[in-house]
Amino acid sequence: MDATSDGTPRPDAPTTVVGRASPHESAHLHVTGAAAYIDDLPEPAGTLQVVPGWCRTAARGRILRLDLDRVRAAPGVVAVLTAADVPAVNDCSPSVGGDPVLAVNEVRYHGQPIFAVAAETRAAARRAARLAVIEVEEEKPAVTVADALDRGTDVLPPYAFAKGDADAAIAAAPHLLHDGFMIGGQEHFYLETQIALAVPGDGDVVRIFASTQHPTEVSHVAARVLGLPEAAVPCECRRMGGGFGGKESQATQWAVIAALVAGVTGRPAKIRLDRDDDMMMTGKRHDFRVDWSAGFDDSGRLAGVEVDFFARCGHSADLSQGVVDRTMFHADNAYDYPAARIASRRLMTDTVSATAYRGFGGPQGMVFAERMMDAIAIRLGIDPLDVRRANFYPDHAAAAHGVTPYGQVVDDGILAALVDRLETTSDYRARAAAIDAFNRSSPVLKKGIALTPVKFGISFTLAHLNQAGALVHVYSDGSVSVNHGGTEMGQGLMTKVAQVVAEAFGLPLATVRVTATATDKVPNTAPTAASSGSDLNGWAALRAAETIRGRLAETAARLLGGEVDAVRFADARVWSAGRSLSFADVAREAHRARLSLSSTGFYATPGITWDRDAAHGRPFFYFAYGASCSEVVIDTFTGETRVTRVDILHDAGRSLNPAIDIGQIEGGFVQGMGWLTAEELVWDDHGRLLTHAPSTYKIPTAHDVPEDFRVALWEGEARVETIHRSKAVGEPPFMLAISVHSAILRALASLAPGRLPALDVPATPEAILKAVKALRHPEGSP
Amino acid sequence: MRRSIRYLSQGRVIEVADFDPTTTLLDHLRLDRRRTGTKEGCNEGDCGACTVALGRLVDGRLVYEPVTACIRLLGTVDGCEVVTVEDLAEGGRLHPIQRALVDLHGSQCGFCTPGIVMSLFTLYATPGPVDREAVIDRLSGNLCRCTGYRPIVAAALEACAARPGQLPDDLFAAAAAETRLALAALDDGEEVFIGDEGRFFAAPRRFDTLGGILAACPDATLVAGATDVGLWINKAGRDLPRLVHLGRLDGLDRVEERGDEIVLGAAVTLEEAGRVLGRLDPDIALLFRRIAGVQVRASGTIGGNIANGSPIGDTPPLLIALGASIELVRPGHVRRLPLEDFFIAYGRQDRAHDEILTRIFVPRPRANHALRVFKIAKRHDQDISAVLGALRLALDDTIIAEARLAFGGMAGTPKRADGAEAALVGASIADPASWRPALDALRADFTPLSDLRASADYRTEAAVGLLGKALVEIAGTPTTRTRVVGAREEASHGRDL
Ligand SMILES: Cc1cc2nc3c(=O)[nH]c(=O)nc-3n(C[C@@H](O)[C@@H](O)[C@H](O)COP(=O)(O)OP(=O)(O)OC[C@H]3O[C@@H](n4cnc5c(N)ncnc54)[C@H](O)[C@@H]3O)c2cc1C
Ligand code: FES
Ligand code: FES
Repeated sequence: MDATSDGTPRPDAPTTVVGRASPHESAHLHVTGAAAYIDDLPEPAGTLQVVPGWCRTAARGRILRLDLDRVRAAPGVVAVLTAADVPAVNDCSPSVGGDPVLAVNEVRYHGQPIFAVAAETRAAARRAARLAVIEVEEEKPAVTVADALDRGTDVLPPYAFAKGDADAAIAAAPHLLHDGFMIGGQEHFYLETQIALAVPGDGDVVRIFASTQHPTEVSHVAARVLGLPEAAVPCECRRMGGGFGGKESQATQWAVIAALVAGVTGRPAKIRLDRDDDMMMTGKRHDFRVDWSAGFDDSGRLAGVEVDFFARCGHSADLSQGVVDRTMFHADNAYDYPAARIASRRLMTDTVSATAYRGFGGPQGMVFAERMMDAIAIRLGIDPLDVRRANFYPDHAAAAHGVTPYGQVVDDGILAALVDRLETTSDYRARAAAIDAFNRSSPVLKKGIALTPVKFGISFTLAHLNQAGALVHVYSDGSVSVNHGGTEMGQGLMTKVAQVVAEAFGLPLATVRVTATATDKVPNTAPTAASSGSDLNGWAALRAAETIRGRLAETAARLLGGEVDAVRFADARVWSAGRSLSFADVAREAHRARLSLSSTGFYATPGITWDRDAAHGRPFFYFAYGASCSEVVIDTFTGETRVTRVDILHDAGRSLNPAIDIGQIEGGFVQGMGWLTAEELVWDDHGRLLTHAPSTYKIPTAHDVPEDFRVALWEGEARVETIHRSKAVGEPPFMLAISVHSAILRALASLAPGRLPALDVPATPEAILKAVKALRHPEGSP
Repeated sequence: MRRSIRYLSQGRVIEVADFDPTTTLLDHLRLDRRRTGTKEGCNEGDCGACTVALGRLVDGRLVYEPVTACIRLLGTVDGCEVVTVEDLAEGGRLHPIQRALVDLHGSQCGFCTPGIVMSLFTLYATPGPVDREAVIDRLSGNLCRCTGYRPIVAAALEACAARPGQLPDDLFAAAAAETRLALAALDDGEEVFIGDEGRFFAAPRRFDTLGGILAACPDATLVAGATDVGLWINKAGRDLPRLVHLGRLDGLDRVEERGDEIVLGAAVTLEEAGRVLGRLDPDIALLFRRIAGVQVRASGTIGGNIANGSPIGDTPPLLIALGASIELVRPGHVRRLPLEDFFIAYGRQDRAHDEILTRIFVPRPRANHALRVFKIAKRHDQDISAVLGALRLALDDTIIAEARLAFGGMAGTPKRADGAEAALVGASIADPASWRPALDALRADFTPLSDLRASADYRTEAAVGLLGKALVEIAGTPTTRTRVVGAREEASHGRDL
């Protein structure tokens, strides 16, 4: 321990619990199978099993006939619910409406639940659900971006922001490029499918256990649907088996269906989606068409950029406003556009509503920015890293700072320095030269390398969500429990918050218990999303702990002498005037002295000023940065690829827990790589998703991860006052994977120098082989 | 005849007398026994969250293999030890695999973790060296969406490296002698029948018993590893009231290594078949390694991979290229036919309902044979082939004397490329210009379908690419220059699958 000569810990002592690579708080439970997910909780006697019923043929059309007699008569069935059983409002939308809990009159996408069967066993419910007779007057659905553009329907109005006169700037520039490409969606594939258990309680109370990133919204929407006060429908979540945004708004519907069944039958009800149902019935990352033009000079320095994002939103708005806004916010990625026009449309298709997914639209914006950088480099025949560097926002120490197209000053930049470092440690230049040489002598295999940056804005762009509450109890034996509005989906939030609280009390981490997120402990919470979990909840928990610590300090000063302000907490002891008592003794004494050892804490992020109507302001508290360098090899005979080496340098500020942060970086990178290279959602012309199972939708496996995978944390700290000067790390690393796509593009470009390969996202073997053919045999040539 | 099944769990015999034939091991564990450590992530064998280990005696040795409990039928674990994630820690002391996963941060949301622990447990339990590739192979059937796998691989390597003398050092190794005795005691040679004529699970031992059951119940469903049948139950919602398990039939899992051929019993698992056939050629070893994941290969059989008649099964094109034939048996009648003749059309095979596929005869390649096998899929591991090419040339010095070019994914059945084969005969492996007619002919040999895995165009282009690649390689270009993975130069001094 860091102590002064009399044994008192120094006031400026480095943290002892915060900043440690402590294992995940549930790691022991995970590896022994003892961590309980909702499906593992002991079921109250009489629990019904609920399965959603849907029309297996049509994606869109009026419901002509809904005959559920055979479903009702099936063995084991206790209740069959339709929209008619909804006591109050039949809508589970997180935003502007349009999401019926159970469809009425019309089907709007393939897989939309129309009824719910509750039976004594899951097998009975599943069998019964197939017996429904549903006739739909089938209409031709709009499935793709092109279909939606043809039909001209949007879920929300178009939106744009601009900086300067981009049109004029592009026209005046020495070089001009136009391009368009497609970006695919992505299935979350959380390993635990959507699930909820609703248990009737006193009177009209229904307690909901849900796998959700947003318990408050589950409770809020259940109250709306059931016609009850929110206080009567508390929602609780101890842990999720993965979320990634897929359980932000879209966990609600299932929880509400369970609550509805519990309300109607008076029996506990559990709904767990079968994997295929989950993949069909829940939304995914938005896919896009992107059309852009850029003007630039001989060095690749941009003069102006114009980009139109056409987002495929599905049948309803869901979170598409915020998601596509974030695409636009990140259309600059790390680059200072002297002039820009960034526009978007949110297109309505007859498919499941696209939703939040790690990065929340940001990755699609950045993929555009990086493709533009690569395109400029290919056009000019210079190294793409030089083009990137020519366009970076200046670092924080620079004389003048850049301003984003939406008006935020980028005053915390570190990318120039960070990229310099990564360029050196990854040996980028020498490897790029070696790769060029290899490609000249290799007819079948081609290699590529790319180094791409990430700048990601941290905060909810819907300002009121940037708040958090926490509840900390110290018990008279010195043990501590902490509760807050954030949810645990594997990202290590509970561990980090416990570290913050343990640090505040000078206790070992094991003394602090984390408890299930519950709306009847901490109400009115924000979703655990936008990477903000530890930023917000860490602060709230610290404030709660500080309140109690003040009372304990008083007690200690009374017992030991000395000034209250000089009392220190360390090593499970409380120090004052050179003497100490155990933390437990002080807690017991404080309790005897009738001091409250329980406190709430509250935090609201300061300094956020975003005016969407004016399209101007500061939506983000700060930016998180990172960069990655990936090397790939492609097979020009088959389109197969392999990522052979990845180097990452990422900025997590002053890391609260380096092991957890590195886990987020590696995991985010691999998930991003999957999106960019292999994960392909295929719909047929009838609007039916064909890739609704892991047999047909392929997320990365261990084999896809390069053996040579070097991840380091940037040594720095947040320049604004975040919790212990750490930075959010949930989403930003996802976008590090863009270097893989750029590296593939470079490998392809070696086939026909100067020509921009047509390569969409994802770069599947088929997409790559198609690009190879187009480069080797351009249209018109033999 | 026994009217119950018995398996070993935590040293005790669990006897289950009354269960529905379609009950899966996963539902038995989670719903009947309320052992909820084992997770359901997909219910179709593809994610590995439900992985448990089955202990069996193989030639007197105790062997642990991972299987996906979600598609493993309960009746088929008769006589096995069933180890689940709850069984590994001893009085609060973590198993070395569990310890390493905690220490190296191998879990995030933790939902995949029980399955990963169990897959790695089987690796730990297998004596011998463990390198990174072995770990990755062992994890090929386990999906993790959170970690990116790096810490999981590191944990496996660390735990396995710490094994004294590369031998397992855990509860199970300590109890191995007792377990062997207990398993031997369970192996009573009895036939198993659970249920009645209306609904039953039967596991006959003798062919005449099997014949009797099929005569009495012509609509009974034959099941071997259930890696296809399990999906019919779980995903297609099919009720299969009468199931006849072939896994206990005498001799059906036998392997015979003869001078000029290898004879595989139809119930030989894909894992075992890969071990045996993989010795013939590194491409064969790699192909088997890429069929599903270890869990599915440990259950699924080579007979099932043929009998299901799938146009995208991976072993038929390989076996056709090698010139394999099969044996079909029904009471009082045995016949043998070339494998390629078995596949008549999409969904139709030359097999009567009461005929059992019993043996597969695989000729060993000759000294003048050159073989190349390529599997193309969106993902390297555990993915169904978009195109599979198994290409065998017989060379007379530099002249191609014979070509057997078998493809999967290019037609309604596994099929040879007749035109390309004919065009290759007489061409010179040393003269690329002489290959051109065959490459062109290949385009005309097939009219593949477009589906969610690949477009018809891609299938054709890739097939041509594969033939081109095979020729380039056989002509002498090192495969380190032609393949993004699976270079033969590296594999040849390498592994036995
Ligand atoms: C996750 C997953 C991944 C997979 N990946 C691949 C892959 O990459 N490549 C690939 O080729 N396959 C793959 N498969 C399918 C493969 O596992 C099956 O085709 C397997 O080989 C079938 O064998 P089985 O013993 O499990 O057959 P079962 O499911 O038991 O039976 C399949 C069919 O064959 C019949 N049958 C079985 N044995 C006999 C017999 N001896 N005589 C007559 N009829 C018989 C059965 O009646 C049934 O109709 C995968 C499967 C899963 C679940
Ligand atoms: S649950 Fe996914 S493999 Fe069994
Ligand atoms: S830890 Fe979440 S899926 Fe592996």
